[in-house]
Amino acid sequence: MKLGLVIDLDTCVGCHACATACKQWNTSGTIGPLSDQNPYGKNPNGSWLNRIRTYEVKESLADQKPPSANQQSSCGSDKFDLYALATKGESALSFVGVNSATGAPASKTVHMPMSCMQCEDADCVTVCPTGASYKRAEDGIVLIDQDKCMGCNLCSWACPYGARELDETQGVMKKCTLCVDRIYDEKLPESERQPACVLSCPTSSRVFGDFDDPTSDVSRLTIERGGKGLMPELGYKPTNRYLPPREKAEVPAMVKTNQPALSKLKKWANRVIAR
Amino acid sequence: MKPAFSVLFFTVTSGIGYGLLMWLVAMQLLRGQVGELQNFLIVGFIGLTLATLGLLSSTLHLANPKNAWRAFSRFGTSWLSREGVFSLLYYPVILIYAYVLYTNGGELTTAIKVIGVVSLLIALATVICTGMIYASLKPIRQWHNPLVTPLYLLFSVTSGALAYSMLGLALEGSLSHLASNAFVILLLTSLLMKVIYFKSIGKPEGSTIGSATGFTQAQVRLLDAGHNADTFLTKEFVFDAGAMKLLRLRWLMIILLFVVPLVLVVATYTFDVAPAVYFAMVSLYLGLFAERWLFFAEARHVVRLYHGDQRA
Repeated sequence: MKLGLVIDLDTCVGCHACATACKQWNTSGTIGPLSDQNPYGKNPNGSWLNRIRTYEVKESLADQKPPSANQQSSCGSDKFDLYALATKGESALSFVGVNSATGAPASKTVHMPMSCMQCEDADCVTVCPTGASYKRAEDGIVLIDQDKCMGCNLCSWACPYGARELDETQGVMKKCTLCVDRIYDEKLPESERQPACVLSCPTSSRVFGDFDDPTSDVSRLTIERGGKGLMPELGYKPTNRYLPPREKAEVPAMVKTNQPALSKLKKWANRVIAR
Repeated sequence: MKPAFSVLFFTVTSGIGYGLLMWLVAMQLLRGQVGELQNFLIVGFIGLTLATLGLLSSTLHLANPKNAWRAFSRFGTSWLSREGVFSLLYYPVILIYAYVLYTNGGELTTAIKVIGVVSLLIALATVICTGMIYASLKPIRQWHNPLVTPLYLLFSVTSGALAYSMLGLALEGSLSHLASNAFVILLLTSLLMKVIYFKSIGKPEGSTIGSATGFTQAQVRLLDAGHNADTFLTKEFVFDAGAMKLLRLRWLMIILLFVVPLVLVVATYTFDVAPAVYFAMVSLYLGLFAERWLFFAEARHVVRLYHGDQRA
C-alpha cells in the first residue's frame, strides 16, 4: 500500500478547517500533545502538521513558450510527472489565459495546504541518527517515535516541504501521521476511517487513499486531472498529489461604452420612477 | 539557515582539536620518534580537550538531550550517527596510543604505529562525517555541494597544522618548520577552494517557487503565508543577513582566515618574529568563526520558497 492524499487546488477555498481539525485530532493522538507557545498573546505560535499558503498564479508573459516546448519541459522522461501526461500538450496553465478584452494576464488565487508528502525516498528518515524517524513498509506512512527523538532538527533540515516542526515545549519533532490512529480504527464507522483533514474539508478538496491501487479515487483523480507532486527535481518522490485548477470559461469583461447624455438621463429617470 | 552558536563553536573547535591530534600523531609516525614525552602529553591533552569541548557544545542545541545516547544507533544511514560513533570510538584508540607510548618510554613499536594510524583514520572519518551531515542535505544547495566536505577537512587539517607549529614554539622553543610549511600550502589550497565554492553557489539554480508549487509555466507570488506570527519554519529556515553584510563578512573572513595568518607565518621565515604565530592562531580562529557563520547565513533552504522566495 502507498497511502497518501490528493489535494484539489481548484476547489480549496483556504478556510484552514483541515489544519484546525488536524490540530484538534492529533493534539490528543499518538504524537500529541501539539503544544502552543503564547497562544493568546501577541505572537501566538505552535506546532502544526498542516499549513495553508495562498499564492497568486498568473500566466507568465515573458516566459511564454510554444506548446511543444512546454510539453517537453514539463513532461520529458519524468514518468513521475503525471500532470504533463494529462494536459495533452496544452500549456500547463491554460486555465489562466489572457483576458481577450483587456489583454491583461488573468491571474488566479490558489490556496495550497501542505502536510507531509509521505515521500518514497524520505531523507528525513535516513538522516535521523536515533532511529526515531521511520517509514512503514506496509503503507508508506512516515512516522516519528516520540520516545526516541532527541530534537536535533536534522530531519526538518532534510525535508524540502517544511512538513516537520519541533515542539518547543516537549523538545521533540512532530509531523503528519496521516491520522494513523483513525484510519485503522475498526471501532469507527468505515466512512470515518479517514484522516481528520479529509473529513473536515467543506469542499471535499482532500481525498485520501491508496496510490498503489489503480482503481482508488486518488489514483483515478491523479490520472484524470493530472495530479502533480511538488519539487520532483529533488528526487524525494513525494506521494501526495496536487490537482491543478480546472480550465474555466472566460468571464467576459464588462465594457464601458460612451452613451449620449440623453440616454443616460432616460436611464436615470427610469430608475427613479421605478422606485 | 540561522547560525546557532553552539554548532559554530562545535565545528570550528573540534575541527582544530582533531586537526592538532592528527598532526601530533602523524609527525611522530613520520619522524619515527616521539620526542619529549611530557610535551606529547600536553599537546595531546589540548587537542582532546578542544575536540571534547566542541562535541559537548554540539549537544547544547539538542531540544531533548536525554535521548542523545540513541544517536549511535543508525550508523548505516545517518551521517550524524556516524559522526557520533567515530567521535566516541576515537577516545579509547587515542588514549591507548598515549598510554602504551608512555609506558613504553616513548619507543614506537610496530603495534603502537598501527594504533596511531587507526587513530588518524578515525579522526579523519569524524571530520568527514561532520562535513557530510551538511553536504548530504539536498534541500540546501549551498550545502549540497561537492566542495563542502573537502573544505571541512581542509580547515581542520590547516588549523591543526598552525596549532601544532605554535605549540612547538610554546613547549620546545621553536616552530615546527614542516607544519608551518604545510600550513602555508594547505591555507592557499583552502583559499582557492573557498573561492571556487563562492563562485559555484553564486547563481540561483534548482528549485523555484514554480517547482515548489507545481505551477512551472506561470508566475507565482506568495500572497499569504497562513500565519501572522513566526513559526518553527520561519525561525529555523528564514534568516536574512542582508547582501551587503554578507559581502563585508566575506572580506572580513578572507582577511582574518587567510591574509593575516599567511602574512604572519611567512614573516617568521625571514624575520625573527616567531611569536607572531600566536596572533596568527587567534586570527585564524576568529576567521573560522566568520567562515562557519557565513556557511549558515548564506545557506537558503527550499522551504523559503513557501515563505516568499522566488528562487532557491
